Amino acid sequence: MSDDDDHWFDEEAGPLVRPYAVTGGRTRAVHPELDLITLVVTLQLDVRAWPGEPEYESILRMCRAPMSVAEISAALKLPLGVVKVLIGDLIERHQVMVRSSRAPDTTMLQAVLEGIRRI
Amino acid sequence: MAIGRPDPSPRRAARGVTTTGAGTVLDDGSGGTGTPVTAVKLLVAGGFGVGKTTMVGSISEITPLRTEELLTELSVGIDDLAGVERKTTTTVALDFGRITLSRHLVLYLFGTPGQDRFWFMWNELSNGALGAVVLADTRRLDTCFPSIDFFERRNIPFVIGVNRFDGSPGYTVEEVRHALDVDAVVPILICDVRRRESSKSLLLALTEHVIERSTVSMG
Repeated sequence: MSDDDDHWFDEEAGPLVRPYAVTGGRTRAVHPELDLITLVVTLQLDVRAWPGEPEYESILRMCRAPMSVAEISAALKLPLGVVKVLIGDLIERHQVMVRSSRAPDTTMLQAVLEGIRRI
Repeated sequence: MAIGRPDPSPRRAARGVTTTGAGTVLDDGSGGTGTPVTAVKLLVAGGFGVGKTTMVGSISEITPLRTEELLTELSVGIDDLAGVERKTTTTVALDFGRITLSRHLVLYLFGTPGQDRFWFMWNELSNGALGAVVLADTRRLDTCFPSIDFFERRNIPFVIGVNRFDGSPGYTVEEVRHALDVDAVVPILICDVRRRESSKSLLLALTEHVIERSTVSMG
């Protein structure tokens, strides 16, 4: 076994490879609009399409109330890139809808200010 | 690493809000009657160990969460895992909290990665952010210079919170402003981010500053 082989299967390789096993090796989401605070909401809680793939079911269940991509990533303990791929799959199947953040306007900023004052 | 809350305050339920449970009705964008939920983002920046996660924890309605991104995919942009065995992989952790501001508005607070080598993550973090709180420690003011430079270059509004540590030099706001060389319109507050009210004051000052700046820029 060469030195390279020795270094390949080590602790550093693990965190990268294992999470992407759930995406079939895909690392790129086809939905570039997904960012950290894109809100995901379940439209159709039908998990039969995903036998043996519990991550999809988890996302569908937790997004019955709006959840951000970052929260889903934290809850599933999967990297952001992986979660974006999975959400992309659910978008393709029309099982979730997403709402990306929009540019702030005065009305929104005032609502943020009022909201912070109330907390 | 545990996400520390040195001075944990009682958990607060979001007040007057019914959107946190399952079954929330949400506008699907097709002209329904409900107003959709909007998410907004503020950043908490500053040097390593200055209290970013402490601030997020003191004001968040949830215990701060942690999400991770992998350095390799962002920095290299590989489309598959071919050849990945030759790349060094690093995970970047982001701590964040959530504050439900109203039935239609959710605020996320993200702490920025403390180490300089994770600058690449700042692009995703700052994209769409309304503004930032830069926390400063007067024992090592220079550690917040990179954050200030970043937000100035990107034209992202920010306020500075001088976090009080036991035994830290008691500089005045003007002394700190001079040392940091920031514009006179940038608010600087003395704070103790372990205290919720103090963190709230920073967020209020930041939001007011963002509104002032947007008003000015619109003429």
